[in-house]
Amino acid sequence: DGRPKWDNKFQYILSCIGFAVGLGNVWRFPYLCQIHGGVLPYFIALLFEGIPLLHLELALGQCLRKGSIGAWTTISPYLRGVGVGSWMVSVLVSLYYNTVLTWVMWYFINSFQEPLPWSVCPLNENRTGLNEECYESTSVNYFWYRKTLNITPDVTESGTLQWWLILCLAACWAIVYLCTIRGIETMGKAIYVTAIFPYLVLTIFLIHGLTLPGATEGLVYLFTPNLNTLKNPRVWLDAATQIFFSLSLAFGGLIAFSSYNPPKNDCEKDAVTVAVVNCMTSLYASIPVFSVLGFKATTAYWDCLDRNIISIINEFDLPEESIMRQNYTAWISFLNSSYPEKIAGLKLKSCDLQDFLDQSVSGTGLAFIVFTQAIILMPGSQAWAILFFIMLFSLGLSSMFGNIEGVFTPLLELQILPKSIPKELLSGIICLISFLIALCFTLGSGSYWIDIFDSYAGSLPLLVIAFFEVTGVAYVYKIKRFSKDVKRMTGRKPNLYWQITWRFISPLLLLIVFVAFVTLQTQKPPSYAAWNPKYEGFPMKEEKVYPPWVLAICVLLALLPCVFVPLAALFHLIKQMCRSK
Amino acid sequence: RISNVLLCNVTDRVSFWFVVTDPSKNVTTVPGSEVEAAIRMNQNRINSAFLLSDKTLQFLKITSTLSPPVEPSTPVWLIVFGVVLCLIVAGILFLIVAGIRQGKKKNKQSTERENLEEKGEVTVTVENGIPCEALDLKAGHVNGVFAADDERFTSL
Repeated sequence: DGRPKWDNKFQYILSCIGFAVGLGNVWRFPYLCQIHGGVLPYFIALLFEGIPLLHLELALGQCLRKGSIGAWTTISPYLRGVGVGSWMVSVLVSLYYNTVLTWVMWYFINSFQEPLPWSVCPLNENRTGLNEECYESTSVNYFWYRKTLNITPDVTESGTLQWWLILCLAACWAIVYLCTIRGIETMGKAIYVTAIFPYLVLTIFLIHGLTLPGATEGLVYLFTPNLNTLKNPRVWLDAATQIFFSLSLAFGGLIAFSSYNPPKNDCEKDAVTVAVVNCMTSLYASIPVFSVLGFKATTAYWDCLDRNIISIINEFDLPEESIMRQNYTAWISFLNSSYPEKIAGLKLKSCDLQDFLDQSVSGTGLAFIVFTQAIILMPGSQAWAILFFIMLFSLGLSSMFGNIEGVFTPLLELQILPKSIPKELLSGIICLISFLIALCFTLGSGSYWIDIFDSYAGSLPLLVIAFFEVTGVAYVYKIKRFSKDVKRMTGRKPNLYWQITWRFISPLLLLIVFVAFVTLQTQKPPSYAAWNPKYEGFPMKEEKVYPPWVLAICVLLALLPCVFVPLAALFHLIKQMCRSK
Repeated sequence: RISNVLLCNVTDRVSFWFVVTDPSKNVTTVPGSEVEAAIRMNQNRINSAFLLSDKTLQFLKITSTLSPPVEPSTPVWLIVFGVVLCLIVAGILFLIVAGIRQGKKKNKQSTERENLEEKGEVTVTVENGIPCEALDLKAGHVNGVFAADDERFTSL
């Protein structure tokens, strides 16, 4: 019927998996594991929120064979706003997600140098020592905050456009255009590479990571559950919101993907497959991440010991190799008892491995600061850096495909442009406009804005849209009718688990999570951590509060997708009333 | 000269104090600041004499002027970026050209079909896909192969 379709089932499943498996699986899930000491809240959220919603979206798209806006209009014209809200979220997320890929690309093209640019500090002006900002923090921090972001000390100071980031941003949008130029025809071919390659690299890192010293400490640290944290409601909230972003629900991209399927396709099996693979990938990715973090903590601990040993040897004029790491504690206690004033005068830092392991980082910090530092310590660091950043790029790119499809498919169906204009032009226009808007993320304060977009546009609207999705299908379209549609497609009626979760558990859970989220957010004024070289506590980050106009933008970002739901319903109501008159 | 370097206060680790005497002025030692300046200028030669480096041979109170790292004229990342961008642009152009060509082929086929359908009044009989107007039916083409075999047919 002229609608494009997938070349084969494998392409479709791979696209859904690629969309779901993204950067969050590598750098957010291990962090949550570490902080919350376990994955139980995550599994419960997956079982009662993630999988039901995933099945719902895939079945919806396959049955109605339209993108998000068209599908929701077909369900009920009053629910058109849900589709528009999904579309809006996809637009906002695409804008900032590609900027994160820009940073990955920047690090990638810098990985071809010997030595790696983030391993050495540059010299200061009169060449007597190292650059001060670099010396006080670390060379890795300096390369990230100064050489990459050129970050300003405050979100209100915009700084200038960083030309190197603009170049990388243009390249990233060009790559996205190249892969999505004709919709799923080109994207389906690209997904074979971008979805499978990260697994290869993860395996390589897994094997290498397990051979590193200190890997076992890291893994033991990760897998010891901490049952105390389960009492904290924040833990459950984080798990519930994380599951949305992890499975890429409520973006409209999954509806778009499944709308290109043949109508008789087992969407129930697909949904469970995608959810399980996403989960397994997160767990699989945590192993190399924690091996490398354990290795880094152990190396930092050894460095700390070595520095103390050197000061002691210098002070007491002892021969080299007299104090080793193994007998360090024995020597320290001996010297402390015999010469306590000298030891106190040395101001030795206390070295504790647990402290180094506790320094948990998530998000961009994990990839660009912690991991890059660990890579410097490995032999053959260029190769590891190149592999790592290509993997991150593929992970993010396959997620970008889903985001762009969530934007592209509804626009194509709304027929905004006349039929004579080819698809290539529409995708080109979308990529060009997104590139121009995303230029503001290349300013000095860009990374602060990306954090804002991530926390406000990528969290609350998803909850609201998902809630309306489930209640819309369960109570407006009616579950009986939906079950009949699913039976037509898969050949069997959805069983009790689906009925209960779609009707009661998921909407209730979503409502609770939404209320809890809003209450927790409004309890204290939102703040951010700024990188300010002139701060007294430097290299610690300075805690600052958002000024009112920034808060207004935050609220706007969170409300903009949500407001379309009632607006569209109202609009349709008015149209109906005018027509009946 | 070696005999002018006197050692004192030798300790367990390889560290020592030294003074340099000036042979031309008999017993007086060369002032510390001059020795420091000389060492600073020739740190490399002293290091290589001991087969050590700035990190393993330390002169107390003398901070060495660090040599700047070697930077190529064009930064390496710009070269890699250029390569990546060329590949991307080549890919985009290839896909666009392929798309245009496919579009032209489809257009030609559909316009041919449209043209044939438009001329509904003049019914165009199609003979093996070639419109009969193209075939000159009045002036038939003599097929040389069959014509030559005319004599072979038995005449009735």
